[in-house]
Amino acid sequence: MTRAQFGKHLKILEFALASMLRRRMKNAGIVVVFSAVVFLLSSIVFLTSALRAEAMATLEGAPELIVQRTVAGRHALIPVDYAEVIAALPGVGSVQPRYWGYYYDIYSDANYTLIGVPDEGPGSAGQLPLHLVEGDMITPGRTEVCVIGAGVARARSARIGSIVSLRNSRGWMQEYEVVGILAGASRLLTNDLILLPERDLKTLLGLPDDRATDLLVEVYNPNEVANISRKLLERLPQARPISHAEITRTYDTLFDWRGGLLLAMSLGAVAAFMILAWDKATGLSAEERREIGILKAIGWETSDILELKLWEGAALAITAFLTGITAGYAHVFHSGAALLRPVLQGWSTLFPSFDLAPRVEPYELGVLFLLTVAPYIAATIVPAWKAAITDPDRVMRAS
Amino acid sequence: MRYHVLAGVLATEIGLLAALHVDATADMWSRKSEHAQVRDLGAALGLTDLAIWTEARYTRHPSQADFFSAFQDFPGAIEHFPAGSIVGPPAHLRPTEWMASTPSQQAPRP
Repeated sequence: MTRAQFGKHLKILEFALASMLRRRMKNAGIVVVFSAVVFLLSSIVFLTSALRAEAMATLEGAPELIVQRTVAGRHALIPVDYAEVIAALPGVGSVQPRYWGYYYDIYSDANYTLIGVPDEGPGSAGQLPLHLVEGDMITPGRTEVCVIGAGVARARSARIGSIVSLRNSRGWMQEYEVVGILAGASRLLTNDLILLPERDLKTLLGLPDDRATDLLVEVYNPNEVANISRKLLERLPQARPISHAEITRTYDTLFDWRGGLLLAMSLGAVAAFMILAWDKATGLSAEERREIGILKAIGWETSDILELKLWEGAALAITAFLTGITAGYAHVFHSGAALLRPVLQGWSTLFPSFDLAPRVEPYELGVLFLLTVAPYIAATIVPAWKAAITDPDRVMRAS
Repeated sequence: MRYHVLAGVLATEIGLLAALHVDATADMWSRKSEHAQVRDLGAALGLTDLAIWTEARYTRHPSQADFFSAFQDFPGAIEHFPAGSIVGPPAHLRPTEWMASTPSQQAPRP
């Protein structure tokens, strides 16, 4: 590109900006609406993408294989002696019964997840990071103590040394001393947890001795999980194996932003924006038509007029896109997605606060750009091209 | 020179976005070890799901939900929890090649 050509493009850009300034109210209105739509869409995309990444990172340590039992299509307690059948399968290491359940707390209107800590202590599947426990963990032999998640501590106004009372299966209140609180850093995983000694949990929930909630299966070779699941189903038809891959796949699809309600809701806003943009961009005013006519009459080429309109559309759309993306980023990663929180929260009483690691996928930014900027520029250029290829005399007379 | 103004506005926006990103990622290194600890905690306790939606068992533990969890209160029950509208159906309930195949070709579902 020669210096003269570059200078010509700059002059057309200068002319485009001057032209936009003459219609500043109309263009400012479009920038505001455009930015708001990009803000909404980018907030959803950033939030779901960061949540998915967080889920994948934290659930990496999820068990390789869990075996549940279903009766009449519903989860049912699993006989502990299933463990012997599963342990006899080649490739299977240890099989541990897990005891856990839910508890609806009438005082805080919240559901807690209760997990039994085995007598030998947690950590059979890995080393327990004690930095994440404020206070103590449940030690072997201790009874009537509990470790609670940060959300439970907040809901019950509990501290270390406080008493948490829970109604047992006979209807009596049972008291547990809080010996530890799971730190806020793990709240996305542990917010609603109450850890109890296994024996206490079985008494509280009234679990029969020969039944567990499910079984935790250690598989030596993760590639063998599908084979082991198949063999296990042949021997125990009521079993329902859940592999680590299924858990991560569930979260991958769960935060699939394209399938989310949030996006469905925002589609209305996007459609409204499209109509507005189409109306503003395609409905060339009489003044704009006359301007194109005059430019043609004084010697502008059709390509120059298209460039002029391209600059106008691009300047407006890119400014609005960057404004929307910046606002969306600040909203999700600096203010914890405060505006989306009520929608995400639903009926959850114990909703963990987010402190998400920033994550921006170039692919998603590209899709957002193509969904918003490209249609707007196209909608700007097409009517200008139609006016530009018409005889200048006719364009000016018609306007 | 209005294009200088435009260039200034765009450069300011890009600079602001970059500053926000730098600020948000400043403690990423310390958070990496925190992530590893949370992962170890999850492994030690055998945790399978995020504690985001606690209102129903199938929203608290989507990966552990029954096959027809969204309609489990009674046959034909319409899903009524808001989270049920936000979260997509679990992977095993999504239309897949399994459903597209003829019944005689279908292997037992995992």
